Amino acid sequence: MNFDIGYMIEIIPELLKYVPITLYLAIVSMIIAIVIGVFLALILVNKIPVLLQIAKVYISFFRGTPALVQLLMIYFGLPQLFPLLNSISAETAAIIAFSINTSAYLAEIFRAGLESVDKGQAEAAISVGMTYPEALRGIILPQAVRNAIPATGNMFIGLIKNSSLAFTIGVTELLAQGKLMATSNLKFFEAYFAVGLIYWVLTMLYSKLQEWYENRLGKAYQR
Amino acid sequence: MIKVSNLKKRFDQTEVLKNINFEVNDGEVVVIIGPSGSGKSTLLRCLNFLEQPDFGTIQVGEVTVDATRVKRAEINRLRTQTSMVFQHYNLFKNKTALENVTHALIVTQKMDKNEADQIGRDLLNQVGMVQKADSYPVSLSGGQQQRVGIARALAVKPHAILFDEPTSSLDPEWVGEVLRVISGIANKRKTMLIVTHEMGFARQVADKVVFMADGVIVEQGTPEEIFDHPKNERTKQFLQEYTKQFAEDIKVDSHASSEKRDLLST
Ligand SMILES: Nc1ncnc2c1ncn2[C@@H]1O[C@H](COP(=O)(O)OP(=O)(O)O)[C@@H](O)[C@H]1O
Ligand SMILES: [Mg+2]
Repeated sequence: MNFDIGYMIEIIPELLKYVPITLYLAIVSMIIAIVIGVFLALILVNKIPVLLQIAKVYISFFRGTPALVQLLMIYFGLPQLFPLLNSISAETAAIIAFSINTSAYLAEIFRAGLESVDKGQAEAAISVGMTYPEALRGIILPQAVRNAIPATGNMFIGLIKNSSLAFTIGVTELLAQGKLMATSNLKFFEAYFAVGLIYWVLTMLYSKLQEWYENRLGKAYQR
Repeated sequence: MIKVSNLKKRFDQTEVLKNINFEVNDGEVVVIIGPSGSGKSTLLRCLNFLEQPDFGTIQVGEVTVDATRVKRAEINRLRTQTSMVFQHYNLFKNKTALENVTHALIVTQKMDKNEADQIGRDLLNQVGMVQKADSYPVSLSGGQQQRVGIARALAVKPHAILFDEPTSSLDPEWVGEVLRVISGIANKRKTMLIVTHEMGFARQVADKVVFMADGVIVEQGTPEEIFDHPKNERTKQFLQEYTKQFAEDIKVDSHASSEKRDLLST
């Protein structure tokens, strides 16, 4: 076995330069996905006719097909249908694909979050004279958000890892750079292991952050 | 006062309230009894439009609404006239006991927080919960949660308080303390409408007892009239069933029954 640990350590600073791209893809996609997800969840919870059926098909399709297929469909397929999209950059296509894919999962997570707050609390709020929006703001949303945080965080971790799919359409992010280094030196294991380590550290750091935040929130409801 | 006229409510095909008429005078305590499924909860919930009635007029305090042509603003005004105590307490889980009591004051009446806290502490004191003011609902027993629920209902100074089986989901050991708190409020001549299966308590606090079955008011009168000299066959049957069940409870659970006997004697 000849595992060149020196080489692995040597390339890490070079790889780290691509962390910002990876985080950029993940964070921007997450923000857009949250916006779409909230919108979909409100449609699901309030059972708005027509929109409800559309939302269900959207969620089912984007959860039921591989993210990679969605990415290829959007980057290579859509410009064929809509020539206007010919100039779409690989980064933009990746962000669109990741946003749509993640939003389908978030919709269900947010719906569950809203429904996890029992109806009785809203009724109690109304019975002491609050309006429904007042009940939503002060009572229901704070609990719904809190209940949705762990699952939402897992989605974000998934997104950090899945952003590596973007390399298949030519975005030079962390994995793409790793592949470049692997093939130029033929030290595949070292290069990919270094890439893996960086993803691992990223997701661990995020997990720690979330753990700290959940603890802070958790304490608030029990004294 | 509360005045309900020709109130009707159906869920899908079943008519749950069939032309209900009754009145509650200011300072009066009215207890509603009846078999489960007879429409007692639905009746209370129509009074604050947690259920939208199909027909009839409802007057509570200064607000009168006609169910067939009611506007959102009127519903909101009607809702400020009552508050409700629920079977499952329904405390706000993200708020402390004190915040549960003060939240509506701060949000709807824009009351200053210090002033609201003062009122909140007074009320928690009244229900014997001031030492738990900073506790969250998860850390309170059922009886404690329900006492906070009662303080929350009192805080908004409603024209009337609606109790929907306030002790039905409590462990027997906590029933007494909650009933004592409600009796205490009744003694202050607060207008109250109470749905309960605690017959001893009903007899003790009620000015008037209403017996409901199958969506109609079968019989109403003083506690003596209803419990000692019921006129209607269905009332008699219900009370008989109830006494039988109560006797069995005593056999099965002597702890619970001693608590209930305490109540009968207080
Ligand atoms: N939201 C609802 N949808 C459909 N049926 C309901 C609903 N709420 C109550 N009911 C029905 O209305 C009837 C009366 O219920 P309820 O008012 O809860 O009775 P009670 O409080 O006397 O036990 C029951 O048959 C019940 O199944
Ligand atoms: Mg009921």
